[in-house]
Amino acid sequence: MTVLLEVTNLRTEFSARAGLVRAVDGVSLQISRGECLGVVGESGSGKSVTFSSIMGLVRPPGRVTQGTIFFDGRDLRGMSPEEMRGVRGRDIAMTMQDALTALNPALTIGEQLAEVLVAHDETLPTGRAARRVAIKDRCVEMLGLVGIPSPDSRLRQYPHEFSGGMRQRIMIAIALACRPKLLIADEPTTALDVTIQAQVLELISDIRARMGMAVALITHDLGVVAEHCDRVMVMYAGQVVEEGPTEDVIGHPRHPYTRGLLASIPRPAMRGQPLTPIKGQVPNLMGLAPQCRFHSRCPLAEPSCLVEVPMLSAGPGRRARCLRLEETV
Amino acid sequence: MSLSRLLERLLQLIPVLLGVSAIAFLMMALTPGDPVQIMIGDQSITPEQEAELRRGLGLDRPLLERFFIFLGNALQFDFGTSFYHRRPVSDVIAERLPATIELSLVALIVALVTAIPLGVLAAIRKNSILDRLATVGSLLGVSLPGFWFGILLIMLFAVHLQILPVSGRIGYSSEVSTITGFLLFDTLLHGDLPAFGDALRHILLPAITLGLPMTAILMRVTRTSMLEVLRQDYVTFADAKGLPRRRVLFRHALKNALIPTVSVAAIETGSLLGGNMIVEAVFGWPGLGRLVVESIFLRNYPLVQAAVLLYAVTYVLLNFIADILYTVLNPRVKL
Repeated sequence: MTVLLEVTNLRTEFSARAGLVRAVDGVSLQISRGECLGVVGESGSGKSVTFSSIMGLVRPPGRVTQGTIFFDGRDLRGMSPEEMRGVRGRDIAMTMQDALTALNPALTIGEQLAEVLVAHDETLPTGRAARRVAIKDRCVEMLGLVGIPSPDSRLRQYPHEFSGGMRQRIMIAIALACRPKLLIADEPTTALDVTIQAQVLELISDIRARMGMAVALITHDLGVVAEHCDRVMVMYAGQVVEEGPTEDVIGHPRHPYTRGLLASIPRPAMRGQPLTPIKGQVPNLMGLAPQCRFHSRCPLAEPSCLVEVPMLSAGPGRRARCLRLEETV
Repeated sequence: MSLSRLLERLLQLIPVLLGVSAIAFLMMALTPGDPVQIMIGDQSITPEQEAELRRGLGLDRPLLERFFIFLGNALQFDFGTSFYHRRPVSDVIAERLPATIELSLVALIVALVTAIPLGVLAAIRKNSILDRLATVGSLLGVSLPGFWFGILLIMLFAVHLQILPVSGRIGYSSEVSTITGFLLFDTLLHGDLPAFGDALRHILLPAITLGLPMTAILMRVTRTSMLEVLRQDYVTFADAKGLPRRRVLFRHALKNALIPTVSVAAIETGSLLGGNMIVEAVFGWPGLGRLVVESIFLRNYPLVQAAVLLYAVTYVLLNFIADILYTVLNPRVKL
């Protein structure tokens, strides 16, 4: 598989009144064509900011201050804002956590779907009437693809006239309208009922297989990752702490944080016993010293951990940011 | 909006108008001063003549009876005879109304075309020099008294620079025969372009003066709601779709940001009616506002009562229009 997205040493900072917050600090990642990468981590770990940075959607007071982003051989950080608009929606698409707030309440579904095509699709016919027909056909086709019944009549409806699951599907349809090479799905199921969650994830997997697109699935649900992702990347306090093939990472986590995450998941076999939380708090991202960020919460921590820790090899295709890896074999 | 809902809203008008009529009637009746005495002035007349005059105006009857006569007539759109003009009140008002409507509409247009772009720009360039200027400007706009600002404009543009006229609706040489009463319209209907230009020059300063507070308020509303909207997920999502910036700003953001602006504009248009009285006085504008002020001094009961009723109906209708516009812009809301 060839590499589609390659991010090296990405850093994104937000200037707040109290100082500089380094929300993403030295993140490197790769996604191959057609691959599904799971990105896990708790709220504030920098998952979403990492991918907003890749899409060039970080707004002031935030700023990408360092790193390279290559997508399909093109340097995204070197692009002008106008060039980035040509990439977003066409080559890299994104869905957001809550479709209710991501869809514009004042515009019809049809308009919100059609505008992506108008912005990006050069294969549309140029004649006015033919163009309109072609756009409508594509919209109907996309809604059909994501499983909206009688799409033809629903194009004129507004977001509030759909159920939560339907809205999520519509947002996915919009994201997929131009057949992107990479879909960034930011917590696609968090806002949904459990029964609908599975359907939406199936839909993404299904379309991914059909279109051969890569997916970055941002979630804090390791179960979702286990079921749908080829590889997984765990983030903590703005850094990647562990990455590797899903089965290996989940079956045999090496970083103490990943172990803690897995231990805190309820299991049927542990019924009646208290859950094992990770003790302590996520560190404040402002003015962090160059040392292991999980140190204060880590059961394996030693004074020698108070140094800057690089990503270290942890087996074939695996890396983790921990000095005590030999103790977690 | 459903027909029944529309009907319901119209029915709500009835108690409002009844209340307003009662207040308008009582306020005039309870205000010190006697219209008959004012008419007599310095002339010496006999008590019999005075009683005759009073009977002729219907002022000899008890207050309550006068109120019900007024109500009964008003229901048939008969608002009585103006004490001063000796003509039906409705005729006198109809003569003056177009001037006021025209001035208010131009003021509204001036306010909308300056406030919305300024508000949007201030929001997009938040904390820029332009934003700060607009914010300070709008504070001034709300706080400057209309009569003072109007005089200031007159001094600058009419007296000092002499590029705009001091007062009136149109110059004598440009006068055209009345068709609709709206001079900007009538001059065009006559095909008299120089006269149209003259009318336009006359209306400019009073319209700016009248529209200033509204411009200031609308600018702030637009700026605030635009800032609010720009933070919304759907704007980020529109950006994530790679849409042109124009489209993100104007189709996605502005359409939502205008919802509060339009509602406030419709309601604020009602307040233009009050502003009219002062502005018309400053600019010698022959409209309803000036007529009402004069009529209050003359204790011209029928005219003031009719005008107050008219203001009330206008105000209620504007609120009604605000509601309708709200549903048009905001598909989530159904009346």
